[in-house]
Amino acid sequence: MRNIFLFIRRYLNFLIFLVLQVICIAILVSYNKTHEAVFSNVSMEVTGWTDKQYNSVESYFRLKNENKRLVEENNALRNMLASNFSGPDTSKSFFIDSLIKDTTGKVRKFTWLPAKVINNSISSQTNYITLERGTKQGVKKGMAVVAPGNSIVGVVMSTSENYSIIMSLLHRNSKVSSMLKKDNNAGTLEWDGKDPLELTLKNIPKSAKVVKGDTVLTSQYSSVFPYGLMVGRITAIEADPSSNFFTLKVRPATNFSAIQYVYLVDNLLFTEQKQLEEEIKKANQ
Amino acid sequence: MTDVVKNIFRFVLFLLLQAFVLNKVPPLHQFIVPYVYFLFLLWLPFSISRMALLLIAFAFGLSMDFFTSTPGLHAAPCLLIAYIRPFLLNLLLPQETTELSYVEPSLKSMGWAPYFVYVLILTFMHHAYLVLLEWLQFGNFLYFLGKVTGTTAISIMLIFLIEMLFYRKAKYRTNIA
Repeated sequence: MRNIFLFIRRYLNFLIFLVLQVICIAILVSYNKTHEAVFSNVSMEVTGWTDKQYNSVESYFRLKNENKRLVEENNALRNMLASNFSGPDTSKSFFIDSLIKDTTGKVRKFTWLPAKVINNSISSQTNYITLERGTKQGVKKGMAVVAPGNSIVGVVMSTSENYSIIMSLLHRNSKVSSMLKKDNNAGTLEWDGKDPLELTLKNIPKSAKVVKGDTVLTSQYSSVFPYGLMVGRITAIEADPSSNFFTLKVRPATNFSAIQYVYLVDNLLFTEQKQLEEEIKKANQ
Repeated sequence: MTDVVKNIFRFVLFLLLQAFVLNKVPPLHQFIVPYVYFLFLLWLPFSISRMALLLIAFAFGLSMDFFTSTPGLHAAPCLLIAYIRPFLLNLLLPQETTELSYVEPSLKSMGWAPYFVYVLILTFMHHAYLVLLEWLQFGNFLYFLGKVTGTTAISIMLIFLIEMLFYRKAKYRTNIA
């Protein structure tokens, strides 16, 4: 017994080093595997507050570009106003119903919320974006994040009361189902962690006639993102002779280094869909 | 200003510098990410006990992780360099002179060559371990080597820039303080 104590005393520093190392690796691994928020909400509120202070200064430098973009978007929306369209006079009258369920039997599937970006990174292999909008303001885990101009940004990973953290497309674990606009061939969009201007689209069959410059949109199979949002354009085509699939390089439509405001998209039917799919999975087991 | 207050200042300052200046630098190349925050650990006083050094390094690394939301990723390499630091200092310093007369490692207290070796070795170990953890699932060895060398070179450059810009007067240790 005495020897054990002596041993511990002698190598105390080394043992502490080992224990702390193991703790580090453990939280790192569990965090990466599950994407659960290991960090307490408190730490997120604190770093969120610092980010906000920083952003309140930094946002001035981008005000001009952001205004320009907003004007363009306003213009696009204004052009879609009902008053711009006139039809031949008929006895029917149209009106827009803001109810959740409208009379033609359509059900609202997506709701949109604006949010301000207060922290953003593009230089590491696991990039996150912090938004100043949290559970109190209606953010839920798993919401899709879309930039102005309808290009996708990422998915909400964890939320605290007033802040939320987004896993950006520039994250090694991000996976989004996307398709070619031309022929609706769907594949998986990933990022290899190297160049922030280059995403990878996998699992597009070689039968698809892909050309450089083709547009890539979010597919209907993605339960998180609405259908048909802009992802990017194809910049390079790699055909691996050993497989039946292309590996396509895609340049993202979103400018990740200059995001100021984003929209959070909530799929109201998400749980219903997942529930049904889970039931089938269980039945097959 | 006592050493404790000074080091608390540095703790916060290095964190903010890394989180809000260096991490915001648009990537020049996929190999290069400027890191200098760990210089805080290299500048801690000679007299600090090894256990305290480990605990401080853990807390420091973890606070860095709060900003990048990668728990453990920076804490692990910080711990490693904190553990190796005392051994390295023992090797590099002429015993019984420097450690007794100066407070902390610097260009003046250690001399150019030993200080350079000290910074180089610890920087390299920090980056090697950090990049290794980052790329564990990946396994492209050339990429790993390139990134470690690239980041180390940039870090060394930044560290010596900081040393020259903010010249630290190497305080002589006296009996009064």
